[in-house]
Order: sequence, then structure tokens, then C-alpha cells
Amino acid sequence: MKMLFFLCGLVSVGFVLCISIYLFVAGIPAFKVIGISDMLFGKVWLPTASTTEPSFGILPFILTSIWGTAGAIMIGVPIGLLTAIYVAKAAPKKVATAIRTSVQLLAGIPSVVYGMIGMVVLVPLIQRTFDLTSGATLMAAIIVLAIMILPSIINVSETALSAVPAEYEEASMALGATKEETWFRVTLPAARSGVATAIVLGIGRAIGEAMAIIMVSGNVANMPGLFKSVRFMTTAIASEMSYAAVGSLHRDALFSIGLVLFLFIMLINLGLKFFIREKKEET
Amino acid sequence: MSKTTATTTITTNSDQVPFFQVRRKLYNIIVRGFLRLTTLVTVGLLIFMIGYILINGLKHLTIPMLTTQSSYIEDTIGIFPNIMNTLYMILISMLIALPLGIGAAVYLNEYATNRRLVTTIEFAAETLTGIPSIVFGLVGMLVFIHLFGLKQGVLAGSLTLVMIILPTIIRTTQESLKSIPDDYRHGSLALGSGKWHMVRTVVLPSAMDGIVTGSILAIGRIVGESAALLFTAGFGLRLNSLFKSLQRSSASLTVALYVYVSERGEMEAGFAIAALLMLITLLLNFAATYFGNKLKKR
Repeated sequence: MKMLFFLCGLVSVGFVLCISIYLFVAGIPAFKVIGISDMLFGKVWLPTASTTEPSFGILPFILTSIWGTAGAIMIGVPIGLLTAIYVAKAAPKKVATAIRTSVQLLAGIPSVVYGMIGMVVLVPLIQRTFDLTSGATLMAAIIVLAIMILPSIINVSETALSAVPAEYEEASMALGATKEETWFRVTLPAARSGVATAIVLGIGRAIGEAMAIIMVSGNVANMPGLFKSVRFMTTAIASEMSYAAVGSLHRDALFSIGLVLFLFIMLINLGLKFFIREKKEET
Repeated sequence: MSKTTATTTITTNSDQVPFFQVRRKLYNIIVRGFLRLTTLVTVGLLIFMIGYILINGLKHLTIPMLTTQSSYIEDTIGIFPNIMNTLYMILISMLIALPLGIGAAVYLNEYATNRRLVTTIEFAAETLTGIPSIVFGLVGMLVFIHLFGLKQGVLAGSLTLVMIILPTIIRTTQESLKSIPDDYRHGSLALGSGKWHMVRTVVLPSAMDGIVTGSILAIGRIVGESAALLFTAGFGLRLNSLFKSLQRSSASLTVALYVYVSERGEMEAGFAIAALLMLITLLLNFAATYFGNKLKKR
């Protein structure tokens, strides 16, 4: 019986190995054919060009993903963090519970629903506000991503803020600081590794999101610009995989994008491990 | 940190009190204002999204929409096949993931003796949580369709979903196993029960709340998943029986929403599906909170 449970335990290890191995096996061939630097730093993506030489530069996707994530973090983190402070410290108990429930609900809404609302509400709004030909831009994607990462940021930083020992705050207030000063100058610095974890988690969510932003970002392989239609690493895979012919270099190149995305995620996971370890050492 | 606070207090007691007090008061008021404002933004966004989808969607959620399939000939749209596909995928992926996940949790909590192995398995589960769904979709396609030779359909989609929901089930089951007092186990063993008998009759029944919570969360993920299903379950909008759908391109509700809205411009069907998804999300959320609270009380 023990053996059977042991095998169940190994399944998730097997999945991780399987995912890593397959992404490398499928992702490397295109790099070999096209050349690592031509692919990673090439600015032109024309995989199906027939009159000219096809071009497989994935720099636009990589930069768009980075820009999009950075933008989402810049908007989402301040809002999420302040909300977390409110819930953990300032809100009356019942209000805090209500907000926690709402945040959970926000996390449960499917990405396609976010995408649809973005497409119907946000895209026309951006088009009208900035007088563009199309509102389906990087900016729309950034706003949708910023909303989507809020739950991760609020949940994790709230837990970290609540875990700060009450003595710290009591000491600060005994020295004459007001509650507000204490939250920002004592509690927040004491919870910094938890907050860092929250931000890294948010980065991971934002860079991996596909279906919500495919509907609002215009889906054109431009170099990123706030008011340009763009394509992310995730949306490039999602939108092109269904028509890239099996066995073609185009399809292999899409697997390579998957590999690059996976490497980014692994890097983020390493960061996560680092911050979680730091937190453990603090306590 | 405490040092700066101390200096502040001293300055407050000196002669420049009035200006300093005003500045501090102002700081406090502004800080409070910002905290309230951002919270209002967060909650407001949620209320807006739920309201917007339900107001625009519920009116399209008619009986024909829910009970028929789309027809090009009659030019009607129905989402019944997609409801069924989502249900099929919940059924099959839970059937596979539940025993695997519970087994893994039982191993980690009851049987494992090797500390390093436990860390490895927990690390693997954590890693799985962080992988984006589109990557699961890619690997699912490579392994289940290219390697195993399955056709796009519910089976390949469900197997991909198993990878996604397994960590959730492991984690929640493990949490509730940890909350069971060791006295239960000792009592059972002292009465002469074997380890497996103890797990089956004492440990697992006491962990039921956690398993139910985990299942609800997992179902929530399945219902909301889309990117991982694009190339594994496919885009098919036709109605199939459970058995036939296994190997036939079958769009879940989420994928159907994407197809209708992005590729066919059928906003009514899109809003109907979005409203249905929203209702399911609300329902699952309340269920998860209910069972989660029961678990916490213990």
C-alpha cells in the first residue's frame, strides 16, 4: 500500500520532469536552425512570408511580455498593497471579511471573462480617450493584467502584514507614532519579504496570462509601444499554434517561444524561493 | 526603524509642535484616504464586472441557448454542447486527479520517512502551480496528442487538466491531514489496526472537509481554464456523447466564449456564456468558503 501512495506522490515530480524535458526537446530545434541570437534579438516576425525570406525574430514578443508585466506591476502593486494594508490593519472586522471574499471572487473569474469585459468596455474607452484608430493596445492589456494580479498581491501581502508581531506595532505606538505611521514605517518594512513574494507571484501570473490579453491587445507582432497593437509570448503561441503546419519551422519556433516563457517562469520561481527562504530566516 | 520613530517623538515635544502636528495629522488623513480609495477601486472593479456581465448576459441565457447546439442552417446559437464538454472534463479529470492527489497527500503526511523526498515532491507541486496554462497546453499537445497519438478531444484536455489541478488537491488534502490530531492515529494503532486500515477508517474520513474544499477549488480551475484547452480539447462546437467526445474536438465553455466573441463576433452568445461562467464562479466560491470555514473551525 505504501508503494501505491509513493507512486501517487511521484506523479507531480514526473509531470514537472516531463514538462521541462518536452519543452527543451521541442524548443531547441528551431534555435539550432535559426540561430540563437537571430531568434532572440531578431525584431521581425514573419514566419509565413513567401515572397521574401521568412523571419523568426521573437524579440517583439519577449519585450512586449516584459513591458506588459512591468506595467501591470506598476499599477497593480500600489493598489494591491494599499488594499492589503487596509484589510489587514484599518478595516473593521466585518468589512475586512467582505473585502477578502471579494478578492477571492476576483481571483476566481475566468480569464476569458476578463478578456471579454476588456474587449467590450476598456478597448473602446481607450480608443475614444486617446483618439486612436484602435483601442486594442498594450495599454489595454496592461490594465487588464493589473486587475488580474490584484488578488495574488492582496492575499499574500495581507498574510505577511498580519503575521508581523503585535509587539513591533505596540512598541512603535508606545513611542508616540500614530497608527498610520506605524503601518508604513514599522509593519510594512517588517513584512517586506512577504510583500516581495507577493510581487514576484504577481509577475508570474502576469507573464503567463494568455487568453485575457489576446482579446484586448490587438495581436500584431509589433515592437512594444503603449498605444500600439502588440503580441505577447503567450498570445503568439495561443493565436498561431492552430494554423502553424505540423513539422514546419514556424511550429518549432512557437515551441521555442514556449521554452523562453518557461525559462522566464523558472527564473521567477527561483526568485520566489529566495524570498520565501529569507522570510523563514527572519522569523 | 524604531530609531526614526523615537526621534520623531522627541521633536514633537519641542517648540515647533504646531507645524509638526499639522503635518502629521495631514499625513494620517491622506494615508487613510488612499487606503480607502484603493480598496474602493478593488471592490468597485469586482462589483462592476459582476454587474456588467450579469446585466448584459442573463437576458441571453434563454432556454434555447442553454439546451440546443449551434446550427449554421437555422442560424441559431446554443451552448449546450459546451456545457456538456465542460462537465465531461470535470468528470474525467477529477476521476484521475482525485485519487492521485489524495494518494500523494497521504504519502507525504502519513507514510513518507525520507525528508528530502518530501521536499522534492512538495517542490514539484509548487512548481506546477506556477507554470502558465498556455505551457500546460503546449506540453499536453506534445505528450498526449503527438506522443500518445490521441486525437484532440475531451480525453487529451482532461489529462492536461489533471496536471493543472493536481497541486491544488494535494495541498488542500495535506492541510486537512495535518489538522487531524495524532491521538486519533495512536488510538487506532493501539487498538491493533494496521497502517492502511488506520488511514482508510480514521484519517481519510476526518480529512473529508479538506478533500471537498480541494475538489471545489479544482473544479473552479477546470471551469475557468482556457489556454490549456485550445490545442488539447480543441474548438469543436458540436454535441457529442461522453464516449465520442473523448477523441473529438470539443470546446469547453471558456473556449467557446473565445471562439464566439473573437472569431465570430457573436456577442450575445459570448455574454450568455460569460454570465453562466460568472454564476458558476459565484456558486463555487460560496461553496469553497463554506467548506473552508468548516475546516478552519476544527
